[in-house]
Amino acid sequence: MVTAPAPATTPDANGIAASLRGVAMRFGANTVFQDVSFDVWRGEVFVILGGSGCGKSTLLKLMIGLRPPSEGTITILGEDIVAVRGEARRRLKQRFGVMFQSGALFGSMTVLENVALPMASFTTLPPEAIERIARTKLGLVGLADAALRMPSQLSGGMIKRAAIARAIALDPPLVFLDEPSAGLDPITSAGLDSLIVSLARDLGITFVVVTHELASILTIADRVIMLDKEAKGVIAEGDPRRLKEESTHPVVRAFFHRTETAAG
Amino acid sequence: MEPGTDAPATLTRRDGALVLSGRLDAHAVAALWREALAAVTPGATLSIDLAGCSYCDVSGSALLLALEDKAGSRATLTGASPQVARVIDRAHEAYRTSPPPAPPTAPSLPVAVGEAVVGKIEDLGERIAILGRTATSAALTALNPRSLRWPDTWHQAEEVGSRALPLICMIGFLFGLILAFQSAVPLRQFGADIFVANLVAVSVFRELGPLLSAVILAARSGSAFAAEIGTMKVNEEIDALNTMGLDPFRFLVMPRLIAAVAMMPVLIIAMNLSAVAGMATVMMSLGFPWAAISAQVVNWTGPSDVLGGLAKGLVFGAVVAGIGCSRGMSTGVGPRAVGQSATAAVVGGIVAIIVLDGIFAVLFYLMGW
Repeated sequence: MVTAPAPATTPDANGIAASLRGVAMRFGANTVFQDVSFDVWRGEVFVILGGSGCGKSTLLKLMIGLRPPSEGTITILGEDIVAVRGEARRRLKQRFGVMFQSGALFGSMTVLENVALPMASFTTLPPEAIERIARTKLGLVGLADAALRMPSQLSGGMIKRAAIARAIALDPPLVFLDEPSAGLDPITSAGLDSLIVSLARDLGITFVVVTHELASILTIADRVIMLDKEAKGVIAEGDPRRLKEESTHPVVRAFFHRTETAAG
Repeated sequence: MEPGTDAPATLTRRDGALVLSGRLDAHAVAALWREALAAVTPGATLSIDLAGCSYCDVSGSALLLALEDKAGSRATLTGASPQVARVIDRAHEAYRTSPPPAPPTAPSLPVAVGEAVVGKIEDLGERIAILGRTATSAALTALNPRSLRWPDTWHQAEEVGSRALPLICMIGFLFGLILAFQSAVPLRQFGADIFVANLVAVSVFRELGPLLSAVILAARSGSAFAAEIGTMKVNEEIDALNTMGLDPFRFLVMPRLIAAVAMMPVLIIAMNLSAVAGMATVMMSLGFPWAAISAQVVNWTGPSDVLGGLAKGLVFGAVVAGIGCSRGMSTGVGPRAVGQSATAAVVGGIVAIIVLDGIFAVLFYLMGW
């Protein structure tokens, strides 16, 4: 595995937001990945990257507790997300937010209602407070003027922004983003990258991002891990800019320099 | 920005200033909201001491914004740590620079009525167009049967027919049983309970068999047609067919339409036989031998009863499948669209069946059937 030193500014002293040890995922006889171990440090933007079919989204689903891994332990905000049960599991899930690739906004609710839903469900905030906080969250993602629109009236970029606003509705310290740039034009994608960086910087949110958009990775990531379908696991870890310049691994070089590997 | 384990925020007053200490997150804000707003006098100078505030998120910042709005002026914040100040600044900027949009104004009554009428006319026009395209596709398919996707038609016939048979048989049996039992009670008082067999056979063969089979077809297959084709429309598969030069009506509607029409007689016959079996169960439990029951059925019903029912069933099948497919084809956008199409297919199908059954009753009466 290739390891590039983390940037000097990485806030590794702040503790660990997520930790995976020896994680494997198998579907029958098919092993997607195995022996995946890494830590996500608090306050950083951590990117899980790799080619299509390498298991990035599967790994994300394991981290947010949608599936149990075949092997290994996954610790999120200090708790084992596989072992934790009942009320403790529900509380843990309120401590992180998730933005799904499609946005997964509830189509029967306005954008404002989508963002207000977690607060209305899990806090005792009065309605006027919920509306004010939801409007502030929409202002943070630049969607205040779309608060009363239905999700079907939004563009692709607006849906992603609204989904991020909903993901941060409960001010979670950790947010997972699945392919935030997928299907967006470069300008909209760059705007979304800026939003992620600013939310991480200003609000101190730790982001775990699954993507294979090279421009986004180099813009937002403090650290990355790279999964590979052939190796069935992590083949590189560290600062993406240094990996791009210094890695000698053929797949890593091919990914960052947009060239073909010997395998095609 | 993970909140620590420090205590939730508390509100006190000191030298005319509000003092917020502890962790100011959503849960603390929920507890403090009304108390904090009550502590602010409109028009008064607002000073907030945040020296003891260990953590503040966007929810906490929203509380500070609400206090400012009530006071009517910008608050003087003191003692905030750089991290807390950064969150507050960002939240203030987000809220203040993004005024909420004006709520949409409701159209006036004439405009609303006009829009509704235009919408209905457009909807009617679209349905007529779909009917025309379906008829055209049916005619073209009849002229060139090889153009029909036979494997898909067989598959649809299996879905519409053989997979519905257990349900049809169960409902038919129970229906015959209930109808016979309910009829036997009053007829027995007149010593006419042998005629329960006639009553059930005639009413099921002529009327209830085709009607019930068509209602089950609408509920089971009409909704499925609308949902399948509606999902394909939402996923742009219909557009893909169009751009490839393939007629979606011949590709999707014809197999379903033909399968439904072809399977309706099978379903009706299964329904009729099951109902007779249910009726016979009751009659035999009342002491009538099978020979007497079958003689009543054979002597009092003719081929015209059965064939009339089957003829109605063919029309019902075409109408149910046509409505299901047309509702799928006219599926709109949004997450509710497919569900609305499926519901409209079932409701429209059942209403059409009842109306058509009434028309058939009049026609059969005039023809002396």
